[in-house]
Amino acid sequence: MDWLDNGLALSLVVFLPVVGAGIVLAIPKAQEAAIKWTALIVSLVTLALAVVLAVQFDYSAADTYQFGTAIDTPWIEAINAHFHIGVDGISLPMVVLTTLITMLCIVYSFNHLPEPHNPKLLLAMTLLLGTGMAGTFVALDLVLFFVFFEIVLLPMYFMIGIWGDRGIRYVPIFGWKMEMRLYASLKFFVFTLFGSAFMLLSFLALYFRSGDTLGYNSFSMVELSNIGPAGAFTGTFAFLVFLGLFLGFAVKVPMWPVHTWLPDAHTAAPTIGSVILAAILLKLGTYGFIRIALPILPDEAINWAPFIGVLAVIGIIYGSLACLAQTDMKRLIAYSSVGHMGFVMLGIATLTDIGINAAIIGMVAHGLITGLLFFVVGSMSHRYHTRDMNRLGGAMVSLPRMGLILGFAAMASLGLPSLAGFWGEFMSLMASFDPLEAIGATGLFRGFMVVGAVGTVLTAAYMLYLLRSVIFGEPAEEWVSQEFHDVDTAEWLAWAPLIAGIIAIGIFPKIVFGATNDAVVSLVQKAFGA
Amino acid sequence: MDAIDYHALLPEIILAVTVLATLLVDLFTSRKSFAAITAMIGMFASFVAILTLAFCDNLTFCTSTGDRVLFGGSFVVDGYAIVLQGLFIFAGFIVVLMSVGYLETDRYYEGEFYFLIVSAVLGAAVMASSRDFISMIVALEIVSGSGFLLAGWRKGDARSNEASLKFFIIGVLALALLLFGVSLIYGLTGTQVFSEIAAASSSVEDIALFNLGAIFVLLGFGFKVSAVPFHFWTPDVYEGSPPPVTAWLSVGSKGAGFVGLLSVCYLALPSVTEIWGPVLWLVAALSMTIGNIVAIKQTNVIRLLGYSSIAQAGFMLAPFGAAAATGADLSQTFSATVTYLVIYAVMNLGAFAVVIIVGTRVGSYELERWSGLNTWAPGLALSLAAFFMSLAGIPPLAGWFAKFVMFSATIGVGSWWGYSIAIVAALNAVIALVYYLKVLKSAFFDTVPADLDVATLEAGTVPGPTSFAIGLTAAAVLVLGIFPGLAANLGDFSSDFLATLGL
Repeated sequence: MDWLDNGLALSLVVFLPVVGAGIVLAIPKAQEAAIKWTALIVSLVTLALAVVLAVQFDYSAADTYQFGTAIDTPWIEAINAHFHIGVDGISLPMVVLTTLITMLCIVYSFNHLPEPHNPKLLLAMTLLLGTGMAGTFVALDLVLFFVFFEIVLLPMYFMIGIWGDRGIRYVPIFGWKMEMRLYASLKFFVFTLFGSAFMLLSFLALYFRSGDTLGYNSFSMVELSNIGPAGAFTGTFAFLVFLGLFLGFAVKVPMWPVHTWLPDAHTAAPTIGSVILAAILLKLGTYGFIRIALPILPDEAINWAPFIGVLAVIGIIYGSLACLAQTDMKRLIAYSSVGHMGFVMLGIATLTDIGINAAIIGMVAHGLITGLLFFVVGSMSHRYHTRDMNRLGGAMVSLPRMGLILGFAAMASLGLPSLAGFWGEFMSLMASFDPLEAIGATGLFRGFMVVGAVGTVLTAAYMLYLLRSVIFGEPAEEWVSQEFHDVDTAEWLAWAPLIAGIIAIGIFPKIVFGATNDAVVSLVQKAFGA
Repeated sequence: MDAIDYHALLPEIILAVTVLATLLVDLFTSRKSFAAITAMIGMFASFVAILTLAFCDNLTFCTSTGDRVLFGGSFVVDGYAIVLQGLFIFAGFIVVLMSVGYLETDRYYEGEFYFLIVSAVLGAAVMASSRDFISMIVALEIVSGSGFLLAGWRKGDARSNEASLKFFIIGVLALALLLFGVSLIYGLTGTQVFSEIAAASSSVEDIALFNLGAIFVLLGFGFKVSAVPFHFWTPDVYEGSPPPVTAWLSVGSKGAGFVGLLSVCYLALPSVTEIWGPVLWLVAALSMTIGNIVAIKQTNVIRLLGYSSIAQAGFMLAPFGAAAATGADLSQTFSATVTYLVIYAVMNLGAFAVVIIVGTRVGSYELERWSGLNTWAPGLALSLAAFFMSLAGIPPLAGWFAKFVMFSATIGVGSWWGYSIAIVAALNAVIALVYYLKVLKSAFFDTVPADLDVATLEAGTVPGPTSFAIGLTAAAVLVLGIFPGLAANLGDFSSDFLATLGL
């Protein structure tokens, strides 16, 4: 079909949300229903388009870019940057996940509007995020990738800053006392921009160096990953370029020790902000590693792999231990992301097809599970007006259905087999047993496997700690006499797809692997010849 | 002597006529807005004249081809001149638009104000075409002279007087340094014309003295572009001047300084990049770093924009610093600075237009008084966010591409002269974000100060001309951000002529 093959459908998936944001901003503030329905319809149509793409996708050729625009579709001719987009087996699941989460967040916002209200701006920002995120996953040109990668910053900054937590936070070292939302929003923006500024320098360095091999300078990921494994980028140059890319992506993932923006941002953000952050924004970083860093600079990836692996397992252990020390349930889940993304990065660091498959299914699963966790925790704290686990307890009595869903999500998060979270953790540990030989550090990676396995136990520990403090036991004195309304319609509608997805992927991981496997195998084959 | 090419001179002729017409109209009419309208019509006509020059090849009545060289090489109309003249006229036009609403709230003269603005635009336009030191300095002084008077426009206001005096004294000092440098170069090469200096510079006997002259010229322009360490006057002058004048100073006057630097470095001294490259590398690094760090502490929006303009000058100077590398592609670095200047002009003018409106309505430019802007003027708040984020370089607003070409030109020279300044710039882009976000935080995250009456604030209107200026610049910021090829083409168009010089 024409509109699929010439990139129109995929472009619509990317740009419909921003058009929707424009329409939402044009609707007068008083007409809230119109604002909400417009946003919902736009996001539903976008999701439907993404699903059509997923259905029409040629899974037998998952390692090729499909539904895209031609590689030479002009954009900025002066610097040879093109509007080149497309999806393969690696990006397809991410695109579907993005459009799904965006839609669910809008559904949830129908009757859960954080203070100070203003649904118009909130939904416009959500839609704008949708464009930025989907665009990053489909971009096949480094400049285009950079632009989309950055577009998400501003709406997320607004989301945290306007609708975020107004509690006071004391900032050590600087000695500031400021509202959580102000601190977190600034920190989020500054950290990410720091990383991406260096990422941009690396992109430019690749651009200029590519001229030596290609005869012309290119930002095309496709062309660069063709010449990369052939030895176009070597030596100190390659090392520095990888360093720049690493800074950009590692901050976004986030890897220990540049993760510190994450607990603040996730905790301070309003519920849908946390959901989008956890479910998708973090994946921009890991996706960048898989799509850009590994294929273009495979030799450097091999050199860096042990280092990345070390940071990944530190992240796993550190994140889990930090979780055990939390009393704020939202902050606990935020730290759990550090641990889970550690598993994803460990999978990537093995540089094997199993490891990268594990990373992608880990990304999808983390998106669904942590998205659900943030939704439920957000709804709970909305009911209780506190997130302090010392005061909570007995949700199974006061809010039985919601408690059950939290239990389910926590089980999925700790990697219970038959639920989605299992595959990512299990396979990334499996891959660490047998990492790419060229790394020459098999023993070290086996050590990572052992440490990672300890991490899974810690994960179970803090998730059970969360459940014990929040849902088990008798409700505390202050809650006994109160009436709580359990899961409402909007919540059911927003959560049911996530629950279904978690179970479906847990039982049939082929939903994800079916798309990713061929693409990953070919990526690894091309980059590392293994 | 050849017949004079009046088509090439048409933009300047129209501007010169407009200067006089503005004064006359003001003399014979009672409605002050007529003077503004005259100025705008004149500038628009002049802009059209520039377009006919730019698209000469496609127009039937336009017979001349290639660059037009007049007056024995002193005055040239090429891509570089056309782009920058267009830019200065655009800037003047926007400044007049925002002045109309502003001056009505004041009780000072109006007609002469527009007269001075158009004079300044004329000076800047001539500067872009000047290809020798004499005509360049005369043009520069037309820009500066008008600037001194405009800065002191609010003569009842002590700070405006202070601004004017400071600006004047520093301006004269800069001129003295510049003239001293020029006299050395003239003495050693025996010519004022840039191309002849470039040719003669290789055979200069006393190369040390020649370099000294070059450095003095750079110092002179360093003041004009308010680069560190010649920046001390900037925040005071910006704060004291009437805000529309500040907008002009930060774009037009600064732009004229950059034209001077570009012409001198790339046209007169292309053979001594090893002299001006390292000097400007240092100046760029200092301007970015000090401008940004000091800006973080500012509480007044105008002062903040003042320091921001110092830092932005540093970004524009970065490609000059990268040009220190041997074998650097000078047309790349040249084009990067021009592209940056074009985008900077658009976004900075837009930022000032919004700042003036909000500042007048709140009655203060202190940031804390601006808290909660979003609650009483969401449209203004959104455009404020757009312009400030563009200045910070966040896509999809035009500023990202300005930073991008700057990084591209510096990395592209392929040596540590470029890499190092690119890394400094990257770190500074992050620091700059902190204070641009401060403005957004006030506007969106904080609550309205208790003593401000939201109902009155909400009832305020944006004067038509100013909202047109905001609309125009906002549209430009978006279009240039999404289709940055347009800005890149301007930059390339402006640097085409360098290729013919064999650079």
